[in-house]
Amino acid sequence: MRRGWSRIAALVSVLAVVLGATACSGSEDKNELLIYNAQHESLTKEWIDAFTKETGIKVSYRQGGDTELGNQLIAEGEASPADVFLTENSPAMAAVERAGLFADLNADTIGQVPAQYRPASGKWTGVAARTTVFVYNKAKLQPDQLPKSLLDLEQPKWKGRWGAPPAKADFQAIVAALLQLKGDAATAQWLAGMKANAAIYNDNIATLKAVNAGEVDGGVIYHYYWFRDQAKTKEMSGNTALYYFRNQDPGAFVSLSGGGVLKSSRKADKAQQFLKFITGKAGQEVLEKGDSFEYPVASGVPANPALAPLADLQAPALDPSTLDAQKVTDLMTKAGLL
Amino acid sequence: MVAPPVGRADDQTQSHPTAPVSRPDRAARPGPLVSAAVAIVVAATLIPLGYVAWAAVSIGWTKAYHLVVRPRVGELLFNTVALVVITVPLCVVIGVGVAWLVERTDLAGRAFWRPLFVAPLAVPAFVNSYAWVGVIPSLHGLWAGVVVSTLSYFPFMYLPVAATLRRLDPAIEESARALGSNSAGVFFRVVLPQLRLAILGGGLLIGVHLLAEYGAFAMVRFDTFTVAIFQQFQVTFDGAAGSMLAGVLVLLCLALLVAEALARGRARFSRVGSGAPRAATPIRLGRNVITGQVALAALAVLALGVPVWTLLRWLWIGGADVWVFDDIVTALGQTIGLATVAAVLTTVLAFPVAWVAVRSSGLLARAVEGANYVTSSLPGIVTALALVTVTIHLAPPLYQSITLIVFAYVLLFMPRALVNVRAGLAQVPPSLEEASRSLGSSPAATFLRVTLRLTAPATAAGASLVFVAVATELTATLLLAPTGTSTLSMRFWSLSSELDYAAAAPYALVLVVLAVPVTLVLFRQSTKVAAL
Repeated sequence: MRRGWSRIAALVSVLAVVLGATACSGSEDKNELLIYNAQHESLTKEWIDAFTKETGIKVSYRQGGDTELGNQLIAEGEASPADVFLTENSPAMAAVERAGLFADLNADTIGQVPAQYRPASGKWTGVAARTTVFVYNKAKLQPDQLPKSLLDLEQPKWKGRWGAPPAKADFQAIVAALLQLKGDAATAQWLAGMKANAAIYNDNIATLKAVNAGEVDGGVIYHYYWFRDQAKTKEMSGNTALYYFRNQDPGAFVSLSGGGVLKSSRKADKAQQFLKFITGKAGQEVLEKGDSFEYPVASGVPANPALAPLADLQAPALDPSTLDAQKVTDLMTKAGLL
Repeated sequence: MVAPPVGRADDQTQSHPTAPVSRPDRAARPGPLVSAAVAIVVAATLIPLGYVAWAAVSIGWTKAYHLVVRPRVGELLFNTVALVVITVPLCVVIGVGVAWLVERTDLAGRAFWRPLFVAPLAVPAFVNSYAWVGVIPSLHGLWAGVVVSTLSYFPFMYLPVAATLRRLDPAIEESARALGSNSAGVFFRVVLPQLRLAILGGGLLIGVHLLAEYGAFAMVRFDTFTVAIFQQFQVTFDGAAGSMLAGVLVLLCLALLVAEALARGRARFSRVGSGAPRAATPIRLGRNVITGQVALAALAVLALGVPVWTLLRWLWIGGADVWVFDDIVTALGQTIGLATVAAVLTTVLAFPVAWVAVRSSGLLARAVEGANYVTSSLPGIVTALALVTVTIHLAPPLYQSITLIVFAYVLLFMPRALVNVRAGLAQVPPSLEEASRSLGSSPAATFLRVTLRLTAPATAAGASLVFVAVATELTATLLLAPTGTSTLSMRFWSLSSELDYAAAAPYALVLVVLAVPVTLVLFRQSTKVAAL
C-alpha cells in the first residue's frame, strides 16, 4: 500500500516539475513589452536588441504572419496581451485600425516620418518599405519581352510562365493596391488570369528560387529577397535580374511595413517609446546598415547604397489605411487562389 | 508521425483468441467518479465535431453553401481523394509484398530486413519531404505527395501484415495445395483473405494520416484540405472559409471510417481448434531471389537512404555553423517537456476510459467506443482550429497557454494511448483483482498493486507512442503554441520554410533520434503479438 502511494506521489511530483518548467519557459515578465511581430524575426530582433541596450526595457515577441496576427488582435480585442504590432505590409495594420484597436501615436514619432510614409489618421506609421519587382530569368526573357504592366500578366501569353506566392501577406498587399487603384472588376479579372497563368509558390524565396532555376520565366516578389541573396551566395538569384514597373503602375506599389501601439496596452509609454526608437535615426540605420535590405522611411536616413533610390521608383500614391485585406482575401478566395 | 500499427483494439482482441478474455458485467459497474471522468473525456473529444457543426450553423446555410460549393473546394477534393486512392493501394502492394518476402520466403538476411522496414516510421513525413525536395528541388504536386507519403507510411501496412503472416496457420495453405492450388492460387485465395483485417486496419491508419498531414505536402506544394485550411488560417485567423473547409475534411474522415467498416464486414478470422500452429515452411524463390533482394534494397534506399543521405549532406554543408546549441537545447528541452507532460496526462486519462471500455458493456462503454473511433480519424488542424475558436470566444485566458496546447495533444493522441492501455487491461484477469479485494485490499490498492502492475508494459508503450507523436507534431503546435514556445518541429519548420535547409538539418536529426527508440518499441510489440 505505502509503496503504491509513494510511487504515485513520485509520478505527480515529476509531472508538477515538468509542468512548472514548461510553464516558466512560456510565461512572460510583467514588465516586458510584448510585440506581435509579423516583420522578419531577424530584423525585429536587431531593433529589440538596440532598443533594450539604449533604454533597458526588455521586449518579447510573438511571431506570426501579417493577417494571422492582425486577425488575432481583432479576435482578442481589448483583452489582447499585445502592446505593439509590427507588420511587413499595410493591409493588416489598416484592418486593426478599422477595428479601433490602435492608440494615437505620439506627435514626436509622427514628426519623424514624412507624410507619404504613414497613414493620414496618425494611428500607426510606416517603419520600413519594400517595393514590388518582377524578377526574371535572364536566359528566358530579354528586356524587350518584359511585361509593361503588372496587369499584362493576366494575358494568355503568360500562361505557365510566371509565379507568385498568393497565400502570403506580401503578395496580398500588392493585390490590395491593385484593388484600390483599379477597382473590383479589374482585380477579379486579374486574379482569374493569375489562377489560369501563374505557378503557385509558398513564399517569395521559393518563387525567386523557381525563377532562378528556370521553372518559370519570371515572378512577382518584393525587392529585398533578391538583394539579400545577391549579397550572400547568389545561389538563388544568380541567373536573374530585377525589373521595376514604375509609371505609377500597380506593379510599382511600394508597401509600407507598419508599427502601432495597441489601445489596450498597459505599458503604453514604453510602447510609444519603442515606436519612436525604431522610426528614429538609430532604428532606421538598422535598415540602412544591416542586411535586411528594406528601405528606411524616416528620420532622413538613406537607403542601403546597393538599392535603387525609393524616390526614383515612381510608385502609385495610396493612403495605406485604405488597403482592404478582408476584401482581398474574399476576392482571392473567390478566384480559387486560397 | 508514429501511430499504433496494429489497428484498433477491437482488431487485437479478435485476432489473438488465446488471450484471456475479460468478462463484461461480471467485474464491476463503473462508479460515479469513473463514469464522470469518462463522460468528460468523451465530451471533450467531441469538441472538434461540435465546432464544425456550430461553424456551419453560425455562418448560415447560404454563405456556407457558397463557401463549400466552389471550384477551389473541387480542386482540393480532387487532390485529397486522388492522394488517398493512389497512395493507400500503393502502400498495400508494397507493405504486403515486403511482408510476404520477409516472412514467407527463403530470402537471405531476413533478420536484417525485418526491422529495417519499420525504421521509416522514425522519420517524420515532413522531414522525408524536406529530404526529397533537397534531392529534386522542382518536385511538386500530386505525384510528389504520393511518393513522399507512400515512402513515409507503408510501414503502417507492413507491420500488421507481417505480424498476421507470422501467426497464420500453415495447415490451411497446405490443405489448399493438397487440393491442387499452385503458389499464386494459395496466395490470392487463402493468404490474402486472411490478411483482410490487417490490410484494412493499416489502410485506415494511412488514410487518416494522409488527410491530416500538413508539413510534408506544404513543402512539395501539393494542396490538400489540411494545407488549404492552414493557408486560410494564416490569412484570416478564424475565418468562415477555413471552418467550412474543415467541415468538408471532417466529412471525408467519416467517409473513410464508414468505408473501412463496410469493407471489414462481420467475418471471423480467428483460428478454431486447440494447440499452437506450426511455423510455416519458407517458400523457395529460386531464381527470383535476386529480384526480391533488389526490390527490397531499392525500397530501403528510397525510404531510408534518401532522408539519411540528404540529412547528412546538409549537415556536412552546414558544418559547425548550423549547430546553434543554445537554440537547439532550448527547443529540445521544450519539446521533451511538452511531450512528457502530454504523454503522462494522456495515459493517465486513458485508464478510466479503457477500464469502462473493457469491463462494462453499458451505454457509456458504447459511447466511449464510438467517440474514440471518430476522433482517431480527426486531423490536428481541425482540433486546433476548434480550440482556437472555442477559447477565443468562451475562455480567452486559456488561449495561447501551455494548458491549451497540452489539452490539444491529449485530445489528438488519446486514441493511441487508449489502444495500448485497453489491450493491456483486457489481459488482466478480473479474478486476480477479486482475489486481492477478498484478501482485504482496498480498490485503490488493488488497482495499484495488481492492475497497474500487469498493464505496465502496455501502458509504457502507449505513453511512448504519445511522446513521439507530440514531439513530431507540427500542425496543432503551430496554431496553438504559446508566445515564446519553440519546439524542435517548429524550429525545423521555420528554418526550412525560409529554405535554409542546412540550418534546419540539426533539428531534423534530433527529431529522428528522438523517434528511434519508440520505433523499436513498435517493432518489438509487433513481434510479441505474433508470439501469443
